[in-house]
Amino acid sequence: MLPYLTDKYGNPSSLHSWGNEARRALEDARSNIVDLIEAKKPEEVFFTAGGTESNNIAIKGVASRNKDRGNHIVTTSIEHMSVVNPCKSLMKQGFEVTFVPVDKYGVVDVQALEKAIKDKTTLVSVTYASGEIGTTQPIKEISEIVHSKGASFHVDAVSACGQTPINVQTEGMDLMSISSNDMYGPRGAGALYVRTGTRIEPIIQGGGQERGLRSGTENIAAIVGMGKAAEIATIEMKTEGKRLAGLRDHLIEGILQSVPASFLNGHPTKRLPNNANVRFSYIEGESLILSLDMQGVACSSGSACTSKTLEPSHVLLAIGLKHEEAHGSLLFTLGKNNTQEDVDYVVRVLPDIVKRLRAISPLTPKEMLQ
Amino acid sequence: MGEIPDADGVGTVGNPVCGDLMSIYIKVKDNHIEDIKFKTFGCGAAIATSSMITELARGKTLEEAMKISRGDVADNLGGLPPIKMHCSNLAADGLHAAIQDYLKKKGVQK
Repeated sequence: MLPYLTDKYGNPSSLHSWGNEARRALEDARSNIVDLIEAKKPEEVFFTAGGTESNNIAIKGVASRNKDRGNHIVTTSIEHMSVVNPCKSLMKQGFEVTFVPVDKYGVVDVQALEKAIKDKTTLVSVTYASGEIGTTQPIKEISEIVHSKGASFHVDAVSACGQTPINVQTEGMDLMSISSNDMYGPRGAGALYVRTGTRIEPIIQGGGQERGLRSGTENIAAIVGMGKAAEIATIEMKTEGKRLAGLRDHLIEGILQSVPASFLNGHPTKRLPNNANVRFSYIEGESLILSLDMQGVACSSGSACTSKTLEPSHVLLAIGLKHEEAHGSLLFTLGKNNTQEDVDYVVRVLPDIVKRLRAISPLTPKEMLQ
Repeated sequence: MGEIPDADGVGTVGNPVCGDLMSIYIKVKDNHIEDIKFKTFGCGAAIATSSMITELARGKTLEEAMKISRGDVADNLGGLPPIKMHCSNLAADGLHAAIQDYLKKKGVQK
């Protein structure tokens, strides 16, 4: 991607040879995305500035294009904020949104979803897998329901795409958001898959790039990087996914065995291969993160302190956790550079950290401190 | 840190629902804070402010200790991010509550 920041700095809309060179790079990257998600044709893939933008375009674009048919959107209680907030913004404009609940593992209640879809429902948006608790959803089953009711089906696959094989044709999504930086690509690039025939209108208007759906000069270097990341993911995803799932299970088992009063968040088997989310009673996530950071371990938490709103994660509350349980949750995401040694190391250092924090917590029962 | 089992005053502030809960324990002798300890459920900032209040209050008279403010705690820590100022900076409140508890137990209302 680096040459596209220097020598190959053409604008793909230009007719001269530098422009052609950039346009070819753009189209090569597009066909890499087509291969990754098994789209039917390149015209169905639109580059954006990232997953958040893809979700915004999908939700607002489909809702406003189909206003003449209805004003109702169905989504779930565990969506990413880039789905939740566009929905809330549409509610202010008179749209109706139903947030369908999930079970204690974070699996969408398919019956409730089916019931929620009404005649005036134009869009159903469900995450492929929650990046937070890792639970994957029965996408094919949901897509059949949505299509039988005549609505469009959008899937936020930002945390799943590149981690696990996805086939937009057999799984049946009409729109799907993906992001570059969630599959080792550079930040600042993403894509939206839009099946041919899906009614959508642009929310970013201008010179008509990306077939009018996303105007603005393309970020060629980042898109080239994303294309390369997609190409690598297409080749390595299956074997790497298996390897990561093995590490993930070791990590989860190791933690649950070595730390008393620790629990898995999300589904034990229907989960992303790179996601381990564990909660610890009586302590708070941010202090865990900071203590682990001092030991060289980087992870994140559903604690209020790690968000900008001071509220614990809505996803953890949606699976039925109490506020203090959500505060004490820790998310480990595994990647291509992680090894069994890393997992062993975490399992070795974590128990003492939890013990120390529990010793100073007023919530810890006295028996536990003996 | 830790608990003082025979504390003269205990102040508990915050709420686990918001993610911060803090108990401050004090031992008082001759109107001075002879010993002070804390127990905290909370983020890094909540633990840091708890620890700082024990540094600031130890050895002070009760009147001096009552004057220690949230701002003093934050300043002595080299400042806190704005978002932490109102949620996690509970330690001064905890200390004041512990002193009130002590005075109440002694029968002095303040």
